[in-house]
Amino acid sequence: MARRPFDIRAQPGFGFIALITFFALYLPIAALVAYSFNAAESLSHWEGLSLRWFVSAWQNTAVQDAAIRSLMLAVWAAALATIAATMAALATTRTAPYRGLTFKYAFINQPLMVPEIVTAVALLIVFSRIKVWTGYSGMGYLILAHTAFCIPFAYLPIRARLESMDLTLERAAADLYATPWKAFRHVTLPLLRPAIIAGFMLAFVISLDDVVITEFVKSGGQDTLPTYMLGQLRRETSPEINAIATVFLALSVLLVTVFFFVNRRKP
Amino acid sequence: MATAAETAKHAEQEQVRRRWLLSTPALIIIFVAAIGPLFVMLAYSFMAKGDYGDVKFGTFSLDGWTSVLFQRDIFDDTLGLADAHLSILWRSLRLSFYTTVLTLIFGFPTAYFISTRPPHTREIWVFLVTIPFWTNLLIRTFAMQQVIRNEGLVNTALIWLGIIERPLQIMHTDVAILLGMVYVYLPLMVLPLYASMEKLDFRLVEAGYDLYASRLQVLWRIIIPLVKPGIIAGSILVFIPSLGAYVIPRILGGGKNMMLGNLIELQFGSGRNWPLGAAISITLMAMVMVALLVYVRNATRSGAGHG
Repeated sequence: MARRPFDIRAQPGFGFIALITFFALYLPIAALVAYSFNAAESLSHWEGLSLRWFVSAWQNTAVQDAAIRSLMLAVWAAALATIAATMAALATTRTAPYRGLTFKYAFINQPLMVPEIVTAVALLIVFSRIKVWTGYSGMGYLILAHTAFCIPFAYLPIRARLESMDLTLERAAADLYATPWKAFRHVTLPLLRPAIIAGFMLAFVISLDDVVITEFVKSGGQDTLPTYMLGQLRRETSPEINAIATVFLALSVLLVTVFFFVNRRKP
Repeated sequence: MATAAETAKHAEQEQVRRRWLLSTPALIIIFVAAIGPLFVMLAYSFMAKGDYGDVKFGTFSLDGWTSVLFQRDIFDDTLGLADAHLSILWRSLRLSFYTTVLTLIFGFPTAYFISTRPPHTREIWVFLVTIPFWTNLLIRTFAMQQVIRNEGLVNTALIWLGIIERPLQIMHTDVAILLGMVYVYLPLMVLPLYASMEKLDFRLVEAGYDLYASRLQVLWRIIIPLVKPGIIAGSILVFIPSLGAYVIPRILGGGKNMMLGNLIELQFGSGRNWPLGAAISITLMAMVMVALLVYVRNATRSGAGHG
Protein backbone atom coordinates (compact mmCIF):
# COMPACT_ATOMS: atom_id res chain seq x y z
CA MET A 1 0.00 0.00 0.00
CA ALA A 2 1.45 3.31 -1.11
CA ARG A 3 1.69 5.79 1.71
CA ARG A 4 0.67 9.32 0.90
CA PRO A 5 3.88 11.38 0.85
CA PHE A 6 4.24 13.87 3.66
CA ASP A 7 3.36 17.29 2.20
CA ILE A 8 5.37 19.95 4.00
CA ARG A 9 3.16 22.70 2.56
CA ALA A 10 -0.10 21.35 3.92
CA GLN A 11 -1.75 22.86 6.99
CA PRO A 12 -4.86 21.08 8.27
CA GLY A 13 -8.10 22.93 7.61
CA PHE A 14 -6.55 25.77 5.62
CA GLY A 15 -7.87 24.56 2.29
CA PHE A 16 -11.33 24.23 3.82
CA ILE A 17 -11.30 27.78 5.24
CA ALA A 18 -9.98 29.09 1.91
CA LEU A 19 -12.85 27.47 0.03
CA ILE A 20 -15.35 28.92 2.50
CA THR A 21 -13.77 32.32 1.95
CA PHE A 22 -14.03 32.10 -1.82
CA PHE A 23 -17.60 30.90 -1.49
CA ALA A 24 -18.41 33.82 0.83
CA LEU A 25 -16.76 36.29 -1.55
CA TYR A 26 -18.99 35.29 -4.41
CA LEU A 27 -22.26 34.30 -2.69
CA PRO A 28 -23.50 37.89 -2.09
CA ILE A 29 -22.63 38.91 -5.63
CA ALA A 30 -24.45 35.86 -6.96
CA ALA A 31 -27.49 36.72 -4.82
CA LEU A 32 -27.48 40.29 -6.10
CA VAL A 33 -27.35 39.13 -9.72
CA ALA A 34 -29.98 36.45 -9.18
CA TYR A 35 -32.47 38.91 -7.67
CA SER A 36 -32.02 41.26 -10.62
CA PHE A 37 -33.66 38.62 -12.83
CA ASN A 38 -36.59 38.28 -10.43
CA ALA A 39 -39.97 38.88 -12.06
CA ALA A 40 -41.64 39.89 -8.78
CA GLU A 41 -42.68 43.43 -7.92
CA SER A 42 -40.51 43.55 -4.80
CA LEU A 43 -37.43 41.82 -3.44
CA SER A 44 -39.41 39.87 -0.87
CA HIS A 45 -40.19 36.82 -2.97
CA TRP A 46 -39.27 35.04 -6.18
CA GLU A 47 -41.60 34.81 -9.17
CA GLY A 48 -39.44 33.39 -11.89
CA LEU A 49 -36.97 34.75 -14.41
CA SER A 50 -37.55 38.03 -16.14
CA LEU A 51 -35.65 40.87 -17.75
CA ARG A 52 -38.30 43.43 -16.81
CA TRP A 53 -36.08 45.27 -14.31
CA PHE A 54 -33.31 45.67 -16.84
CA VAL A 55 -35.81 47.12 -19.27
CA SER A 56 -37.28 49.45 -16.67
CA ALA A 57 -33.81 50.62 -15.58
CA TRP A 58 -32.85 51.17 -19.21
CA GLN A 59 -35.93 53.33 -19.78
CA ASN A 60 -35.56 55.30 -16.54
CA THR A 61 -34.35 58.75 -17.57
CA ALA A 62 -32.81 59.42 -14.16
CA VAL A 63 -30.70 56.31 -14.54
CA GLN A 64 -29.74 57.25 -18.09
CA ASP A 65 -28.66 60.72 -16.97
CA ALA A 66 -26.68 59.35 -14.05
CA ALA A 67 -24.97 56.72 -16.18
CA ILE A 68 -23.92 59.21 -18.84
CA ARG A 69 -22.73 61.65 -16.19
CA SER A 70 -20.71 58.90 -14.48
CA LEU A 71 -19.01 57.92 -17.71
CA MET A 72 -18.25 61.51 -18.74
CA LEU A 73 -16.85 62.29 -15.33
CA ALA A 74 -14.71 59.14 -15.29
CA VAL A 75 -13.33 59.83 -18.78
CA TRP A 76 -12.42 63.44 -17.91
CA ALA A 77 -10.99 62.68 -14.50
CA ALA A 78 -9.04 59.64 -15.69
CA ALA A 79 -7.62 61.50 -18.69
CA LEU A 80 -6.53 64.53 -16.67
CA ALA A 81 -5.18 62.36 -13.86
CA THR A 82 -3.23 60.18 -16.29
CA ILE A 83 -1.61 63.20 -17.96
CA ALA A 84 -0.67 64.77 -14.62
CA ALA A 85 0.50 61.42 -13.25
CA THR A 86 2.64 60.65 -16.29
CA MET A 87 4.38 64.00 -16.00
CA ALA A 88 4.85 63.53 -12.27
CA ALA A 89 6.19 60.02 -12.78
CA LEU A 90 8.74 61.28 -15.33
CA ALA A 91 9.77 63.90 -12.79
CA THR A 92 10.19 61.51 -9.87
CA THR A 93 11.90 58.45 -11.37
CA ARG A 94 15.28 57.62 -12.84
CA THR A 95 17.09 60.29 -10.92
CA ALA A 96 19.47 60.65 -8.06
CA PRO A 97 17.49 61.76 -4.99
CA TYR A 98 17.04 65.51 -5.07
CA ARG A 99 15.63 67.97 -2.60
CA GLY A 100 11.89 67.65 -2.45
CA LEU A 101 11.63 64.18 -3.98
CA THR A 102 10.28 62.54 -0.81
CA PHE A 103 7.96 65.51 -0.40
CA LYS A 104 6.59 64.87 -3.89
CA TYR A 105 5.98 61.19 -3.16
CA ALA A 106 4.11 62.04 0.01
CA PHE A 107 2.14 64.76 -1.74
CA ILE A 108 1.10 62.59 -4.68
CA ASN A 109 0.06 59.68 -2.47
CA GLN A 110 -1.72 61.86 0.07
CA PRO A 111 -5.25 61.17 -1.26
CA LEU A 112 -4.70 57.49 -0.42
CA MET A 113 -3.90 58.22 3.21
CA VAL A 114 -6.86 60.32 4.31
CA PRO A 115 -10.25 58.67 4.90
CA GLU A 116 -12.58 59.50 2.04
CA ILE A 117 -15.25 60.96 4.29
CA VAL A 118 -12.72 63.47 5.66
CA THR A 119 -11.66 64.64 2.20
CA ALA A 120 -15.33 64.73 1.22
CA VAL A 121 -16.43 67.12 3.98
CA ALA A 122 -13.29 69.26 3.55
CA LEU A 123 -14.19 69.64 -0.13
CA LEU A 124 -17.78 70.41 0.82
CA ILE A 125 -16.57 73.25 3.05
CA VAL A 126 -14.33 74.80 0.39
CA PHE A 127 -16.44 74.20 -2.68
CA SER A 128 -19.72 75.35 -1.12
CA ARG A 129 -18.07 78.70 -0.38
CA ILE A 130 -16.57 78.95 -3.86
CA LYS A 131 -19.96 78.09 -5.33
CA VAL A 132 -21.48 81.05 -3.49
CA TRP A 133 -18.67 83.40 -4.43
CA THR A 134 -18.49 82.55 -8.12
CA GLY A 135 -22.04 81.44 -8.80
CA TYR A 136 -20.60 78.53 -10.81
CA SER A 137 -21.91 75.14 -9.79
CA GLY A 138 -21.14 72.98 -12.83
CA MET A 139 -19.32 69.69 -13.23
CA GLY A 140 -15.91 71.35 -12.82
CA TYR A 141 -15.86 70.68 -9.07
CA LEU A 142 -16.53 66.98 -9.52
CA ILE A 143 -13.96 66.67 -12.28
CA LEU A 144 -11.34 68.44 -10.16
CA ALA A 145 -12.07 66.36 -7.05
CA HIS A 146 -12.05 63.09 -9.00
CA THR A 147 -8.84 64.01 -10.82
CA ALA A 148 -7.11 64.60 -7.48
CA PHE A 149 -7.90 61.21 -5.97
CA CYS A 150 -7.30 59.42 -9.30
CA ILE A 151 -3.74 60.74 -9.63
CA PRO A 152 -2.10 58.31 -7.16
CA PHE A 153 -3.77 55.35 -8.88
CA ALA A 154 -2.67 56.43 -12.35
CA TYR A 155 0.79 57.24 -10.99
CA LEU A 156 1.34 53.75 -9.56
CA PRO A 157 1.76 51.62 -12.73
CA ILE A 158 3.46 54.42 -14.69
CA ARG A 159 6.09 54.94 -12.01
CA ALA A 160 6.62 51.17 -11.71
CA ARG A 161 7.21 50.88 -15.45
CA LEU A 162 9.57 53.85 -15.58
CA GLU A 163 11.62 52.46 -12.74
CA SER A 164 12.22 49.28 -14.69
CA MET A 165 13.43 51.26 -17.73
CA ASP A 166 16.93 52.72 -17.83
CA LEU A 167 17.96 55.84 -19.71
CA THR A 168 20.06 54.03 -22.35
CA LEU A 169 17.56 54.40 -25.18
CA GLU A 170 16.84 58.05 -24.45
CA ARG A 171 20.59 58.74 -24.33
CA ALA A 172 21.00 56.95 -27.65
CA ALA A 173 18.27 59.13 -29.12
CA ALA A 174 19.98 62.24 -27.76
CA ASP A 175 23.27 61.09 -29.30
CA LEU A 176 21.48 60.95 -32.63
CA TYR A 177 20.49 64.60 -32.20
CA ALA A 178 16.89 64.03 -31.11
CA THR A 179 15.52 66.96 -29.15
CA PRO A 180 14.25 66.05 -25.66
CA TRP A 181 10.68 66.28 -26.95
CA LYS A 182 11.41 64.02 -29.93
CA ALA A 183 13.17 61.51 -27.70
CA PHE A 184 10.15 61.48 -25.42
CA ARG A 185 7.66 61.27 -28.27
CA HIS A 186 9.40 58.50 -30.21
CA VAL A 187 11.24 56.55 -27.51
CA THR A 188 9.87 57.01 -24.00
CA LEU A 189 6.19 57.31 -24.81
CA PRO A 190 5.88 54.12 -26.91
CA LEU A 191 7.71 52.17 -24.20
CA LEU A 192 5.46 53.65 -21.57
CA ARG A 193 2.20 53.13 -23.41
CA PRO A 194 1.05 49.90 -21.66
CA ALA A 195 1.62 51.49 -18.25
CA ILE A 196 -0.21 54.65 -19.28
CA ILE A 197 -3.17 52.57 -20.46
CA ALA A 198 -3.11 50.62 -17.20
CA GLY A 199 -2.97 53.85 -15.21
CA PHE A 200 -5.86 55.31 -17.16
CA MET A 201 -7.97 52.21 -16.59
CA LEU A 202 -7.25 52.16 -12.86
CA ALA A 203 -8.14 55.84 -12.60
CA PHE A 204 -11.28 55.26 -14.68
CA VAL A 205 -12.52 52.46 -12.42
CA ILE A 206 -11.69 54.44 -9.27
CA SER A 207 -13.61 57.47 -10.54
CA LEU A 208 -16.55 55.36 -11.70
CA ASP A 209 -16.80 53.67 -8.29
CA ASP A 210 -16.56 56.74 -6.13
CA VAL A 211 -19.59 57.50 -4.02
CA VAL A 212 -18.50 59.35 -0.88
CA ILE A 213 -16.63 62.32 -2.34
CA THR A 214 -19.17 62.67 -5.17
CA GLU A 215 -22.04 62.67 -2.70
CA PHE A 216 -20.62 65.67 -0.84
CA VAL A 217 -19.24 67.65 -3.81
CA LYS A 218 -22.12 67.34 -6.28
CA SER A 219 -24.62 70.14 -6.71
CA GLY A 220 -28.32 69.49 -7.18
CA GLY A 221 -29.15 67.37 -10.22
CA GLN A 222 -25.60 66.04 -10.57
CA ASP A 223 -26.21 62.46 -9.49
CA THR A 224 -23.77 59.88 -10.76
CA LEU A 225 -24.79 56.23 -10.93
CA PRO A 226 -23.35 55.39 -7.47
CA THR A 227 -24.92 58.41 -5.74
CA TYR A 228 -28.23 57.68 -7.50
CA MET A 229 -28.10 54.13 -6.17
CA LEU A 230 -27.19 55.34 -2.68
CA GLY A 231 -30.19 57.66 -2.74
CA GLN A 232 -32.48 54.84 -3.88
CA LEU A 233 -31.18 52.48 -1.22
CA ARG A 234 -32.41 54.85 1.43
CA ARG A 235 -35.95 54.38 0.17
CA GLU A 236 -37.88 51.19 -0.48
CA THR A 237 -35.57 49.30 -2.80
CA SER A 238 -37.02 47.96 -6.02
CA PRO A 239 -35.34 45.19 -8.02
CA GLU A 240 -34.45 47.90 -10.52
CA ILE A 241 -31.47 48.74 -8.32
CA ASN A 242 -30.35 45.13 -8.61
CA ALA A 243 -30.52 45.38 -12.37
CA ILE A 244 -28.43 48.56 -12.38
CA ALA A 245 -25.94 47.01 -9.96
CA THR A 246 -25.67 43.88 -12.11
CA VAL A 247 -24.84 45.89 -15.21
CA PHE A 248 -22.37 47.99 -13.24
CA LEU A 249 -20.82 44.83 -11.86
CA ALA A 250 -20.48 43.31 -15.32
CA LEU A 251 -18.73 46.45 -16.51
CA SER A 252 -16.28 46.39 -13.58
CA VAL A 253 -15.51 42.70 -14.07
CA LEU A 254 -14.93 43.32 -17.76
CA LEU A 255 -12.52 46.19 -17.06
CA VAL A 256 -10.62 44.21 -14.41
CA THR A 257 -10.35 41.20 -16.70
CA VAL A 258 -9.00 43.31 -19.56
CA PHE A 259 -6.59 44.97 -17.13
CA PHE A 260 -5.46 41.57 -15.85
CA PHE A 261 -4.69 40.25 -19.32
CA VAL A 262 -3.06 43.46 -20.55
CA ASN A 263 -0.77 43.37 -17.54
CA ARG A 264 -0.02 39.68 -17.92
CA ARG A 265 1.12 40.02 -21.49
CA LYS A 266 4.07 42.19 -20.64
CA PRO A 267 7.36 40.32 -20.21
CA MET B 1 38.17 72.59 -15.24
CA ALA B 2 36.23 75.03 -13.16
CA THR B 3 34.00 75.95 -16.06
CA ALA B 4 33.29 72.30 -16.88
CA ALA B 5 32.25 71.67 -13.32
CA GLU B 6 30.17 74.80 -13.43
CA THR B 7 28.39 73.70 -16.59
CA ALA B 8 27.69 70.30 -15.09
CA LYS B 9 26.28 71.92 -11.98
CA HIS B 10 24.24 74.22 -14.16
CA ALA B 11 22.85 71.30 -16.16
CA GLU B 12 21.96 69.54 -12.94
CA GLN B 13 20.11 72.58 -11.65
CA GLU B 14 18.31 72.80 -14.97
CA GLN B 15 17.33 69.14 -14.57
CA VAL B 16 15.89 69.69 -11.10
CA ARG B 17 14.03 72.77 -12.31
CA ARG B 18 12.51 70.82 -15.17
CA ARG B 19 11.50 68.02 -12.82
CA TRP B 20 9.69 70.49 -10.59
CA LEU B 21 7.94 71.98 -13.60
CA LEU B 22 6.84 68.52 -14.76
CA SER B 23 5.34 67.61 -11.41
CA THR B 24 3.57 70.97 -10.98
CA PRO B 25 0.17 69.98 -12.48
CA ALA B 26 -0.18 66.94 -10.23
CA LEU B 27 0.95 68.87 -7.16
CA ILE B 28 -1.41 71.77 -7.86
CA ILE B 29 -4.44 69.54 -8.45
CA ILE B 30 -3.81 67.57 -5.27
CA PHE B 31 -3.20 70.74 -3.31
CA VAL B 32 -6.39 72.41 -4.52
CA ALA B 33 -8.70 69.41 -4.27
CA ALA B 34 -7.25 67.35 -1.44
CA ILE B 35 -4.61 68.87 0.83
CA GLY B 36 -5.60 72.53 0.85
CA PRO B 37 -9.20 71.86 1.90
CA LEU B 38 -7.91 69.92 4.92
CA PHE B 39 -6.21 73.09 6.18
CA VAL B 40 -9.36 75.10 5.58
CA MET B 41 -11.24 72.48 7.56
CA LEU B 42 -8.71 72.75 10.38
CA ALA B 43 -9.40 76.50 10.48
CA TYR B 44 -13.16 75.90 10.42
CA SER B 45 -12.92 73.63 13.44
CA PHE B 46 -11.83 76.69 15.46
CA MET B 47 -14.72 78.94 14.40
CA ALA B 48 -18.16 79.41 15.91
CA LYS B 49 -20.94 77.51 14.23
CA GLY B 50 -23.41 79.34 12.04
CA ASP B 51 -27.10 79.23 12.82
CA TYR B 52 -28.03 77.36 9.65
CA GLY B 53 -24.91 75.28 9.07
CA ASP B 54 -21.59 76.70 7.89
CA VAL B 55 -19.60 78.87 10.35
CA LYS B 56 -19.51 82.46 11.50
CA PHE B 57 -16.53 83.31 9.34
CA GLY B 58 -13.53 84.81 11.13
CA THR B 59 -14.75 84.16 14.67
CA PHE B 60 -12.73 82.07 17.10
CA SER B 61 -14.27 79.38 19.25
CA LEU B 62 -13.19 76.12 20.85
CA ASP B 63 -16.76 74.85 21.00
CA GLY B 64 -16.24 72.52 18.04
CA TRP B 65 -13.39 70.77 19.78
CA THR B 66 -14.89 70.61 23.25
CA SER B 67 -18.11 69.15 21.90
CA VAL B 68 -16.20 66.22 20.40
CA LEU B 69 -16.06 64.75 23.88
CA PHE B 70 -18.24 66.98 26.06
CA GLN B 71 -21.70 68.42 25.94
CA ARG B 72 -23.12 71.39 27.79
CA ASP B 73 -26.00 70.65 30.08
CA ILE B 74 -29.06 72.59 28.87
CA PHE B 75 -30.12 73.48 32.41
CA ASP B 76 -27.08 74.42 34.42
CA ASP B 77 -24.55 74.92 31.58
CA THR B 78 -22.02 72.51 33.05
CA LEU B 79 -19.90 70.28 30.85
CA GLY B 80 -20.57 66.56 30.88
CA LEU B 81 -19.21 63.76 28.72
CA ALA B 82 -20.97 63.43 25.36
CA ASP B 83 -22.11 59.85 25.72
CA ALA B 84 -23.47 59.60 22.20
CA HIS B 85 -20.15 60.61 20.65
CA LEU B 86 -18.17 58.34 22.93
CA SER B 87 -20.34 55.35 22.11
CA ILE B 88 -19.93 56.04 18.38
CA LEU B 89 -16.17 56.37 18.79
CA TRP B 90 -16.11 53.15 20.78
CA ARG B 91 -18.25 51.36 18.17
CA SER B 92 -15.90 52.51 15.38
CA LEU B 93 -12.82 51.27 17.21
CA ARG B 94 -14.43 48.03 18.32
CA LEU B 95 -15.94 47.11 14.93
CA SER B 96 -12.70 48.02 13.11
CA PHE B 97 -10.77 45.80 15.49
CA TYR B 98 -13.18 42.88 15.06
CA THR B 99 -13.08 43.37 11.31
CA THR B 100 -9.29 43.19 11.33
CA VAL B 101 -9.29 40.03 13.46
CA LEU B 102 -11.98 38.28 11.39
CA THR B 103 -10.39 39.15 8.04
CA LEU B 104 -7.11 37.80 9.43
CA ILE B 105 -8.75 34.55 10.59
CA PHE B 106 -10.24 33.96 7.14
CA GLY B 107 -7.60 35.73 5.07
CA PHE B 108 -4.54 33.97 6.46
CA PRO B 109 -5.53 30.42 5.47
CA THR B 110 -6.82 31.74 2.15
CA ALA B 111 -3.57 33.48 1.30
CA TYR B 112 -1.65 30.40 2.40
CA PHE B 113 -3.86 28.21 0.25
CA ILE B 114 -3.23 30.42 -2.78
CA SER B 115 0.51 30.56 -2.25
CA THR B 116 0.77 26.77 -2.07
CA ARG B 117 -1.04 26.22 -5.39
CA PRO B 118 1.01 25.37 -8.49
CA PRO B 119 2.29 28.61 -10.12
CA HIS B 120 -0.04 28.59 -13.12
CA THR B 121 -3.25 28.19 -11.10
CA ARG B 122 -2.07 30.64 -8.43
CA GLU B 123 -2.70 33.59 -10.74
CA ILE B 124 -6.30 32.51 -11.20
CA TRP B 125 -6.93 32.34 -7.44
CA VAL B 126 -5.38 35.79 -7.03
CA PHE B 127 -7.58 37.03 -9.85
CA LEU B 128 -10.63 35.64 -8.02
CA VAL B 129 -9.70 37.75 -4.99
CA THR B 130 -8.99 40.79 -7.13
CA ILE B 131 -12.38 40.88 -8.86
CA PRO B 132 -14.42 41.66 -5.72
CA PHE B 133 -11.66 44.08 -4.71
CA TRP B 134 -12.19 46.17 -7.83
CA THR B 135 -15.95 45.92 -7.72
CA ASN B 136 -17.78 49.00 -6.52
CA LEU B 137 -17.89 49.16 -2.72
CA LEU B 138 -21.50 50.32 -2.81
CA ILE B 139 -22.48 47.32 -4.91
CA ARG B 140 -20.68 44.90 -2.61
CA THR B 141 -22.39 46.44 0.42
CA PHE B 142 -25.71 46.16 -1.36
CA ALA B 143 -24.85 42.54 -2.23
CA MET B 144 -24.26 41.82 1.46
CA GLN B 145 -27.67 43.33 2.16
CA GLN B 146 -29.21 40.74 -0.18
CA VAL B 147 -27.76 38.01 2.00
CA ILE B 148 -28.68 39.27 5.45
CA ARG B 149 -31.94 41.21 5.01
CA ASN B 150 -35.11 39.75 6.47
CA GLU B 151 -36.23 38.14 3.21
CA GLY B 152 -32.63 37.54 2.17
CA LEU B 153 -30.62 34.45 1.47
CA VAL B 154 -29.68 33.50 5.03
CA ASN B 155 -33.13 33.98 6.53
CA THR B 156 -34.91 32.26 3.65
CA ALA B 157 -32.59 29.29 3.94
CA LEU B 158 -32.91 29.06 7.73
CA ILE B 159 -36.70 29.27 7.61
CA TRP B 160 -36.87 26.73 4.80
CA LEU B 161 -34.72 24.37 6.85
CA GLY B 162 -37.05 24.86 9.76
CA ILE B 163 -34.31 26.13 12.07
CA ILE B 164 -36.09 29.41 12.78
CA GLU B 165 -39.68 30.51 12.39
CA ARG B 166 -39.34 34.23 12.07
CA PRO B 167 -36.50 35.95 10.22
CA LEU B 168 -33.48 36.98 12.27
CA GLN B 169 -33.12 40.73 12.41
CA ILE B 170 -29.54 41.14 11.19
CA MET B 171 -29.95 44.34 9.21
CA HIS B 172 -29.54 47.58 11.18
CA THR B 173 -27.38 45.97 13.85
CA ASP B 174 -23.67 46.15 14.61
CA VAL B 175 -23.40 42.57 13.36
CA ALA B 176 -24.63 43.67 9.94
CA ILE B 177 -21.97 46.40 9.80
CA LEU B 178 -19.32 43.92 10.90
CA LEU B 179 -20.34 41.35 8.28
CA GLY B 180 -20.34 44.04 5.61
CA MET B 181 -16.90 45.34 6.56
CA VAL B 182 -15.38 41.86 6.74
CA TYR B 183 -16.83 41.05 3.36
CA VAL B 184 -15.76 44.30 1.71
CA TYR B 185 -12.26 44.54 3.20
CA LEU B 186 -11.25 40.86 3.04
CA PRO B 187 -9.28 41.26 -0.23
CA LEU B 188 -7.23 44.01 1.44
CA MET B 189 -6.06 41.39 3.94
CA VAL B 190 -5.54 38.51 1.51
CA LEU B 191 -3.49 40.40 -1.09
CA PRO B 192 -0.62 41.67 1.14
CA LEU B 193 -0.58 38.36 3.04
CA TYR B 194 -0.25 36.52 -0.22
CA ALA B 195 2.54 38.86 -1.33
CA SER B 196 4.64 37.93 1.68
CA MET B 197 3.72 34.22 1.66
CA GLU B 198 4.69 33.90 -1.97
CA LYS B 199 8.26 34.57 -0.93
CA LEU B 200 8.15 32.02 1.88
CA ASP B 201 11.17 29.71 1.84
CA PHE B 202 9.76 26.23 2.37
CA ARG B 203 13.22 24.82 3.08
CA LEU B 204 12.83 26.43 6.50
CA VAL B 205 9.52 24.62 6.95
CA GLU B 206 11.17 21.38 5.92
CA ALA B 207 13.98 21.98 8.38
CA GLY B 208 11.32 22.42 11.08
CA TYR B 209 9.77 19.04 10.28
CA ASP B 210 13.23 17.43 10.20
CA LEU B 211 13.61 18.63 13.76
CA TYR B 212 10.34 16.88 14.70
CA ALA B 213 8.15 19.98 14.87
CA SER B 214 4.41 19.38 14.65
CA ARG B 215 2.22 21.11 12.06
CA LEU B 216 1.10 23.62 14.64
CA GLN B 217 4.64 24.34 15.80
CA VAL B 218 5.76 24.90 12.22
CA LEU B 219 2.86 27.28 11.65
CA TRP B 220 3.35 29.15 14.90
CA ARG B 221 7.13 29.30 15.10
CA ILE B 222 8.24 29.35 11.46
CA ILE B 223 5.51 30.46 9.03
CA ILE B 224 3.84 33.19 11.10
CA PRO B 225 7.10 34.92 12.13
CA LEU B 226 8.28 34.85 8.50
CA VAL B 227 5.12 36.44 7.10
CA LYS B 228 4.70 38.92 9.95
CA PRO B 229 5.27 41.96 7.67
CA GLY B 230 2.35 40.77 5.54
CA ILE B 231 0.16 40.28 8.61
CA ILE B 232 0.90 43.81 9.81
CA ALA B 233 0.43 45.33 6.35
CA GLY B 234 -2.89 43.53 5.87
CA SER B 235 -4.12 44.48 9.34
CA ILE B 236 -3.35 48.16 8.83
CA LEU B 237 -4.86 48.14 5.34
CA VAL B 238 -8.08 46.71 6.77
CA PHE B 239 -8.15 48.73 10.00
CA ILE B 240 -7.72 52.15 8.35
CA PRO B 241 -10.67 52.06 5.92
CA SER B 242 -12.80 50.33 8.57
CA LEU B 243 -12.24 53.22 10.94
CA GLY B 244 -13.32 55.70 8.27
CA ALA B 245 -16.18 53.58 6.93
CA TYR B 246 -19.19 55.59 5.85
CA VAL B 247 -21.16 53.77 3.16
CA ILE B 248 -21.28 50.38 4.89
CA PRO B 249 -22.69 51.57 8.25
CA ARG B 250 -25.05 53.91 6.44
CA ILE B 251 -26.62 51.11 4.41
CA LEU B 252 -26.32 48.13 6.74
CA GLY B 253 -26.44 49.91 10.09
CA GLY B 254 -29.50 51.97 9.40
CA GLY B 255 -29.78 55.39 11.01
CA LYS B 256 -29.08 54.38 14.60
CA ASN B 257 -25.87 52.38 14.45
CA MET B 258 -23.53 55.14 13.40
CA MET B 259 -19.79 55.06 13.01
CA LEU B 260 -17.46 58.07 12.97
CA GLY B 261 -17.99 58.66 9.24
CA ASN B 262 -21.75 58.92 9.76
CA LEU B 263 -21.34 61.17 12.78
CA ILE B 264 -19.28 63.52 10.61
CA GLU B 265 -21.92 63.53 7.90
CA LEU B 266 -24.60 64.23 10.47
CA GLN B 267 -22.82 67.42 11.62
CA PHE B 268 -22.68 68.72 8.06
CA GLY B 269 -26.28 67.71 7.43
CA SER B 270 -29.13 67.97 9.89
CA GLY B 271 -26.76 68.51 12.86
CA ARG B 272 -25.74 71.89 11.40
CA ASN B 273 -22.56 71.93 13.42
CA TRP B 274 -19.72 72.33 10.94
CA PRO B 275 -16.99 73.13 13.50
CA LEU B 276 -17.81 69.93 15.39
CA GLY B 277 -17.88 67.95 12.14
CA ALA B 278 -14.50 69.43 11.20
CA ALA B 279 -13.06 68.60 14.61
CA ILE B 280 -14.28 64.97 14.44
CA SER B 281 -12.86 64.68 10.91
CA ILE B 282 -9.47 65.84 12.11
CA THR B 283 -9.65 63.44 15.06
CA LEU B 284 -10.40 60.58 12.66
CA MET B 285 -7.54 61.65 10.39
CA ALA B 286 -5.15 61.76 13.33
CA MET B 287 -6.14 58.23 14.35
CA VAL B 288 -5.49 57.03 10.80
CA MET B 289 -2.13 58.81 10.73
CA VAL B 290 -1.06 57.02 13.92
CA ALA B 291 -1.97 53.67 12.34
CA LEU B 292 -0.05 54.63 9.19
CA LEU B 293 3.01 55.62 11.22
CA VAL B 294 3.02 52.20 12.87
CA TYR B 295 2.84 50.68 9.41
CA VAL B 296 5.63 52.81 7.93
CA ARG B 297 7.92 52.18 10.89
CA ASN B 298 7.28 48.48 10.62
CA ALA B 299 7.80 48.47 6.85
CA THR B 300 11.13 50.28 7.02
CA ARG B 301 12.34 48.07 9.85
CA SER B 302 11.51 44.82 8.07
CA GLY B 303 12.89 46.26 4.83
CA ALA B 304 16.18 47.03 6.56
CA GLY B 305 16.23 43.52 7.99
CA HIS B 306 16.05 41.95 4.52
CA GLY B 307 18.46 44.37 2.89
